[in-house]
Order: sequence, then structure tokens, then C-alpha cells
Amino acid sequence: MAAPDDSRVPRRPGLLGRQFRRVSGPIKESRGLPRVVLWIGTAITGMWVLVAIFAPWIAPYGYAQYQTAAGERFPKHLPPNMDHLLGTTVQSTDVFSRIIWGARTEVEVVILAVLFSLAIGLPVGLISGFKGGWLDRVLVLIMDALFAFPYLLLAIVIAFLLSDVLASGVLTAAIAISVVYVPQYFRVVRNHTISVREEPFVEAARAMGARPRWIVTKYVFANVVQSVPVVATLNAADSILTLAGLGFLGYGIQPTQGAEWGYDLQRAIADAGAGIWWTGLFPGIAIVSLVTGLTLLGEGLNDVLNPLLRPRRTEPVKFPDKQDDGAETGRTQPEQRGKS
Amino acid sequence: MASQTTSLRAYALSRLVLAVPMILILLSFVFLLMRVAPGDPVAAALGGKVSQEVLERKRAAMGLDEPIYVQFADYISDVFTLDFGMTITDNRPVLEVILNNGAATLELVFFAMVIATTLGILLGLITGRLRDTPIDVTGRLFGIFVYATPVFFLGFLGQLIFGAGLNWLPASGRASPMVQYTLERTTNLLVLDAIIAGNWTALWDVVRHLIMPATTLGLLITGVLLRMVRVNLLQTLQGDYVEAARARGVSEPRVVYKHAFRNALVPVVTMIGLQFALMMSGAILTETTFNWPGLGNQLVRYLNNRDYTGVQGIITFFAVVVVLISVVIDFVNAWIDPRVRY
Amino acid sequence: MTTANRNASGNGDGEPILSVRDLRVWYGTAKGAAQAVDRVSLDIAPGEAVGLVGESGCGKSTLGRALMGLTPQSAAHDGKIIYRGQDVLAMTRRQRHALRGPEIGLIFQEPMTRLNPLMRIDDHFDETVRAHEPGLSRAEIKRRSLETLGHVGIPPTRFHQYPHEFSGGMRQRIMIALALVLKPKLLIADEPTTSLDVLVEAQILRLLKDLQTEFGTALLMITHNLGIVAEACDRMAVMYAGRVAEDGEVGSVFANPGHPYTRELLRSTISLSTKQLSHIPGSPPNLVTPPDGCRFHPRCPDAMQVCAQKVPVATHPRPGQRVYCWRHGPDDRIPDGGEQPLQQEFDHVDEA
Repeated sequence: MAAPDDSRVPRRPGLLGRQFRRVSGPIKESRGLPRVVLWIGTAITGMWVLVAIFAPWIAPYGYAQYQTAAGERFPKHLPPNMDHLLGTTVQSTDVFSRIIWGARTEVEVVILAVLFSLAIGLPVGLISGFKGGWLDRVLVLIMDALFAFPYLLLAIVIAFLLSDVLASGVLTAAIAISVVYVPQYFRVVRNHTISVREEPFVEAARAMGARPRWIVTKYVFANVVQSVPVVATLNAADSILTLAGLGFLGYGIQPTQGAEWGYDLQRAIADAGAGIWWTGLFPGIAIVSLVTGLTLLGEGLNDVLNPLLRPRRTEPVKFPDKQDDGAETGRTQPEQRGKS
Repeated sequence: MASQTTSLRAYALSRLVLAVPMILILLSFVFLLMRVAPGDPVAAALGGKVSQEVLERKRAAMGLDEPIYVQFADYISDVFTLDFGMTITDNRPVLEVILNNGAATLELVFFAMVIATTLGILLGLITGRLRDTPIDVTGRLFGIFVYATPVFFLGFLGQLIFGAGLNWLPASGRASPMVQYTLERTTNLLVLDAIIAGNWTALWDVVRHLIMPATTLGLLITGVLLRMVRVNLLQTLQGDYVEAARARGVSEPRVVYKHAFRNALVPVVTMIGLQFALMMSGAILTETTFNWPGLGNQLVRYLNNRDYTGVQGIITFFAVVVVLISVVIDFVNAWIDPRVRY
Repeated sequence: MTTANRNASGNGDGEPILSVRDLRVWYGTAKGAAQAVDRVSLDIAPGEAVGLVGESGCGKSTLGRALMGLTPQSAAHDGKIIYRGQDVLAMTRRQRHALRGPEIGLIFQEPMTRLNPLMRIDDHFDETVRAHEPGLSRAEIKRRSLETLGHVGIPPTRFHQYPHEFSGGMRQRIMIALALVLKPKLLIADEPTTSLDVLVEAQILRLLKDLQTEFGTALLMITHNLGIVAEACDRMAVMYAGRVAEDGEVGSVFANPGHPYTRELLRSTISLSTKQLSHIPGSPPNLVTPPDGCRFHPRCPDAMQVCAQKVPVATHPRPGQRVYCWRHGPDDRIPDGGEQPLQQEFDHVDEA
């Protein structure tokens, strides 16, 4: 992803270091609601990542395990109890264990998908935006066409086509999902590149004879990368939903390869009619919480990093020589912009 | 205003011309996807079920022995003559599948859209107007939750509570078997058919079947619309013309409704158009959840049966509809907002 | 400075139409209150044209908005704005709506965005007139609107067009007509020509002046351009950092600026006789933490010890001219040694 001639570019804190500082500074300074939102999002997301990492230690059973080590089959559709905290499914698997292992699948797929779509969307967007001309126009047309297409349809068809080629369900799902999000990265990066390209400092560099490649790596890339954390986080939230949708329709992760929450919900739909709630409710809550966590994280980052719409925090004004006149200023205050 | 109608017509025409390359790109894309697919579509669908001889005949009938560019040209010209071929597995004309199941999807999407726009605009305006109050925060949280909840989970909860638990609403299908067989089909839109037939019991039955799927799908879009309308309103409320209207002594309710709300709602048409892709994706999942006999449901069935003609036909149809919708949206926009045309 | 000089009113007779007393408008910001308008007193007589001059960010636009009760939510108010015997700040919502338009009109700096893009010009007029005279017939509204538009030079054929079909200069004419259709007794023009090109600027200024003489409307012209004041106004007030530094008749102030800030402002104006460009060193202060005493003292070439300690009081060096500067006394209010020159920091800073 980083430009190939990185080594020739003398930099003080390093590109990543500067990016990190650019992000971490405002986070430290943030206050109020955006900060709360950011921390709640981080906490939820962090919890699921931890669950994913330590899944083998947390989960009492395997994701496809339907019997005890002694070969005794678990009862099916068992309501939550001490042996099976969240009950068992129609296939006698343990709901709790499948949710824990499922976290691992979701995190793996999402990380891969974000990396893939960045690896394609970022350079293509940069080139398209920087070069302009017919190349740009053609790429925009193609990406817009892809973007307009129902994303799940796209993902299903790709997963369907890849399912016979790739053995790994995680890889299949990740590729299918990245195809959906490449146009989004492309769009954000291209538009940002175009606006940066017109900035005075880039024009100045060009006027001083800097080579296009240098300008792209040194100025444009460094600026455009700023918009990536927010977009990537929000897309990660969305890709959880896409992955679950794929799993729900029976594509992507196959039941023999790993646990997947969307697949579990598909099996649970049939249970709903019989009033069996635990097989669907818990995987559903897992999806909602992870998506909400990532969304809050992305929203919080967005509020903190791009504070355009953030309301300015204001303290009530008091005139120093009129100690007791808070009520009076309130009364005489004319009606306001926005609300009354 | 003759000049205005001509410019509007010119705009619509230019927009239609632009749609052609878009459709071609999408069609090439669909074609490419279906052709890079490993193996032979006929064998994939029917392999092992019929003799080698039948397979060969089928293959020749579909033109699969022709060179790839001939196949592409055939495909494109077929699309423009609305000839999508016969499905491999159940031997039906794809066009018939599209018309039959498409009606079910259309009905679902239409009512979902009605719910989404009503609720989304209403909540967006309320939360935006009451910015930073507890109502605003609740509304925004609702928006995030609705977005974060997959339609099939919402559907599961609905079936659990209103179906199995309270027994208020049917959990699947478009209508009860009785209505399904007795209702006379004219449009294949069952709500409309029931009204045309004057069959009020059937109408009630159809509406009851529609409530859960349409609400589930509608809520998906509601969250998106809510946040967009809210942000728009926050911007227009601080607009220069809003302050100017206040300075002329225009009453506060009128300033808010006539100036802020109306201007905040102009981009909503475009937004709804952009949500169409999301809506279609949601429809596939909703139809599967509620066993709704629509296009998405049928597509999944063809995918599972490896019926390439069926899959290709339905995807092609989606592609064309996507582009046409975007044209219509642009057209409506130009009609609403006088600035667009210039 | 509790009593402003009523006799300063230029061509107006008797009661001022608007008098501002000790007005404060402070904004809440994250860092504290910004004192955008601080203890301002000002009179405007009927039919009089007053120029309000100052650098950008000195509070003149805030003052203009406050006169009609139009300030943002985070602002607090104190003092009095008496319009024809009634305090604007104490008005009910209903009274304030009746005030805006028929009594006080406002035209803005950027005409491009001030008209609702979805409404035709006739809708704007219809809405405006109806808001104040609900009983009026459609035909009467149209007649009155076209008449006003005629005054500002917009032909009736364009009455049904949308705002985007007009140029910036024409939109500003429409904004003026929208204000004038209600025949306000006071028109506040907030930098009405800043965003327009020079030729259009001259047209708009001439228009405003003609209308003022024709309708007898009082005019408060907010501007940073002294040329406009010289051309269009009878009296002027100079604002610096939220306070009035000086006011008086235009001729008198131009000839004998009483406040060092006015003097420096006049000196930095380019005219045909300009041989050397002059500027005021330093920059306007932060209104959240303004300097003590006279707010201009850190930039003032004539600053004395007292200027950094005590807020200046009103003095009248000439009839019809009011100056807030310790150089004009009163001597009995200046403490001992207060007349010693103040060591200035900008001498060093300015070179950097």
C-alpha cells in the first residue's frame, strides 16, 4: 500500500507515526458526546476482538461439536441451562460456543475484506483522481455502475462463483465483500485526491518542479489517508452485515469451515414458528452489538476528526457585574436560530 | 413557460443518452461474471440428471458452442428485445419469472418504501428540529440500531413475537392458500387485485401478510433516511435565506416549514434513489426470511440449483432497473429543483 | 457615558427613532464569553444615514443583528435598545415579528444565498407582505411589489423567475426591494456591496441614497469602507473591538478625527493623494480576553499609562462629536502620572 519509493523519502516521525498523531491528538482533546460515543464504540469492538482472539479458551465446545468427548450426543433444541449457557441448536451444537467461534470468523473476514478493498480502492482512486482525463472518466463510470448495483447481489454472485474455486470460506467471503466496498474507497479517495490536487501547497510543489510521483506520495497520499480510518471503520460495520447476509443465504463460510452468525440465524428462522427463541436471539444480538460498536467507533472518529457539524460547546454567558441575572438574560433572549 | 419545458425535456433526453453506456457496462459486467464461472452451465445445472446427448442439444440451443464475442452480441441484443431465454432447471421463460415474481417484489418494496419515507422524513425532521435534546439523541440511537439490525434478525424477532408468540400476523408467504388460489389475478399485485375484485376478506389477508415483511424492510431504509434528513435540516436551519426570512418578520413556523423543511427535503429524492441498491439487497434477505415469492427468493433458488440462465436473467433485470431508476430520480429532481436544469 | 448626545443627530429633529443604551451582546464560546458588543450607546434620528465603521470582527454586524433581536442562541444581552419608545430586548415574540420588516429592514452582505432557491421572486414578496398585512389582496400585493421592484430597476417581466436566474447585483436589488416593500422606517445595510464588483457597488449605493431621500428612511450602513461612509452617510460611528471609539458628523470626524484609531483608519485609506501606504500595527484583540482599559491601547501610538488601566469615558471635543479617548480627558478622572506614555510592545513585534 505504501508507496514503493518510501525509503528515499526522508521523513521525521514516519508516515504512520504522523498519521497516528493526527488521529490521536484530536481524540485526546475531544470532549462531550463524541468522546462518549467513541469510547463506547471502542469498548464494544475491543471486546469482540478479544473474544475472537481467545475463542479457543473461552468457548466450552467446538463450533461444530454436537457430542461430548465421550461420544454422548447433546440434546437438540435444549433451552439455556448450566451445561449449555445459551442452549443448543437443532443440530445439537452449543449456541454459546458458536457465537464465540463466530466472532473469530467475523473479525478474520472483515480484516481481510478491509485490507483487500483498501489495496485496490486506494491506489486506483489516487491514480484516477490525480491523472484525471479519460482514464478517470472510465473508472468513475465503472465504479458508479458497480456502486449502483445491489451490493448483496454482487457479493452473492461473486461468492457463488468463487465457492467452487477457493477452498477457504473465509477467503471467498472476504473477496466477495471487498468487491462491494472497492467502489466506496475509490470514490472517497478519488474525490479527496482531486480536492487535494487543487490545494495551493500541491500547486506550489508542482510549480517548483516536483515530480508527479513525489507529489502523490509526499503530499496527496499523506492527506488522503486521513479520510481512511473513518471510512474503513464504517465499512467494517457494513461488511459484518454483508457477511451475515451471505451466511444467511448459505454463501461464504460453509458450516464445516467455521461458525457464522448469519448462518445460525438462517437455521433459527425455522425455530421461530415453534417459539424457540435462543437459537436466533443470541447470534442476532451478537451481530447487532458488533455492528453498533463499529458504527459508534466510526461515528465518534468522524465527529472528532471532521468536526464540521459538531455543535460548538458553549458555556452560558454571565455578565460579571450582574451576578443574579441568569434568569433575566434568559427572559430577554430573543428567539434563536434553530430552536426556540 | 415554454422555455422551461423544453429545457426540462432536453435535460431528460441527455440523461437518457447517458444511461445507455451505464447499462452496457453493467451488462458486460454481468456477462463477464457469468462466463468466468468455472465449468459449463448446462452440465452444472443438469449434470448427471440427463444424457450426454440432451446436454449437447441444450448447449447448442443456448448458443454456448459459439465464439465468446458472438455470445456477447447475442446476449446484448437479447436483452434489448427482452428475450432473456429459458431457465435450465425448470424450463420457464425468464421473462415470465421476472413478471410473476417481480410483481411480488414490487409490492413488497413499494410498501416498504412508503413506510421508510414516512417514518424517515418525520423522524429526521423532528430530531433535526429538536437538535441535542433527549428526543434527538433517542432518535439517532434508533437510527443506528435499525441500521445495525439485519433484516433477517428483525424478521426472526417479528415472527417470534407477532407470529408464534401473539399469533397476530402470519409469518410467511404472500397470502393464505385459500386466497392464493381463489383470488383472480389481473396485475399480480395482490393488494391491487383484491381491491379490483372487491374482495375485502382477501385484501385483509394480503395486507396482514404484507405488514411484517414491509415493516422489516422499511425500517432498514428508515435509519438511513432519518440521519440524512436530520443533517440536511441542520444545514438549512442555519441557511442564509432562513435568517433573511426571519429578518423580514416571516413567522417562525413558516420560516421552519416553508424555508428550512422544504429545502431540507429536496435532496431526499436523490437519497431514496441511492437507497434503491440497499433496498434490493434488503429485499433478497426479507424475501428469504418470510418466504416471500419474489425475485430475490427466486434468484437464491436458481443460484442454489446452479441455473445460470435464471441467475443471469434476474441479475440483468436488476441491472437495467437500477439504471432506469437513477434516470427517473434525476428527472424528478430536475422537476423539483429548478437549479438542476441549468 | 450614560447620556448620549442627542444634539449630535445630523438632519433629524426631535426624538431619535432608535437609541441604543449601554448595549452588551456577549457570545458563549468554548473558551468563555466573547464580548462582541460591549456597552455601546448610539442614536439614529428619523431619516438620517449613519455609517458604522470598523475592522471585520469588531462587532458591527452583531450590533446590526441585535437591533432587530436577531442574534444566535448562545448570545446574552444587556442594556436597552429603544425603538420608538419600546425596548426591543423586552419585546414579546409577536411584537418582535411585527418589528422586523415594517419597522426595521435588514439587507445582507452576500445576496447570492439570501433568497430561497425553491421560491420564485413573487413568492418571496407575497410571503413578506402577507406576514405583516394578512388581509391584503393578491393583486394589491403584486401591484406594490412591482412598484418597489421598479424603484430598484428590476423589470416586471422577471417577477416570476427563480433566484438563480439573477446576477449578484440584481439579487441585491431584489433584497433591497424585499426590505423596502414594507416601507421600513429604519434600514440596516450590513456591508451591502462588499461581495459585489465596483460598478455594481456604485449603483447600489446610489440606489440606497435615492431611496433614503425619497422615502425618508433612516439608514444604518455597516461597512469597513470609509469611502462609502463619506459618500452615503450624514453621521458615522467608529467601532473597535466591540466598543464605540468615536461618533459624530461625517465631515467633522473626517476633518478632525478625535480618536487615534479613527485617525489611523483614515490614514490607511487609499485615495488619490495617497503617497505612502499606512497601516495600523498589530491586529484586533481577541474578544474573549480583550485588553483592560481602552481596548485600542496595545496598538495605539499615543497610548498613556491611564489607557491600560481605565475604560475611557465620553468626551465632546467639538459639538456633535463624541470621542472615547483619554487624550481628550476629562483630566480630573486621570490618576496622577497617568499621562506618562505607555511602553508599547508592538514596536518590537511589528518588525518580526
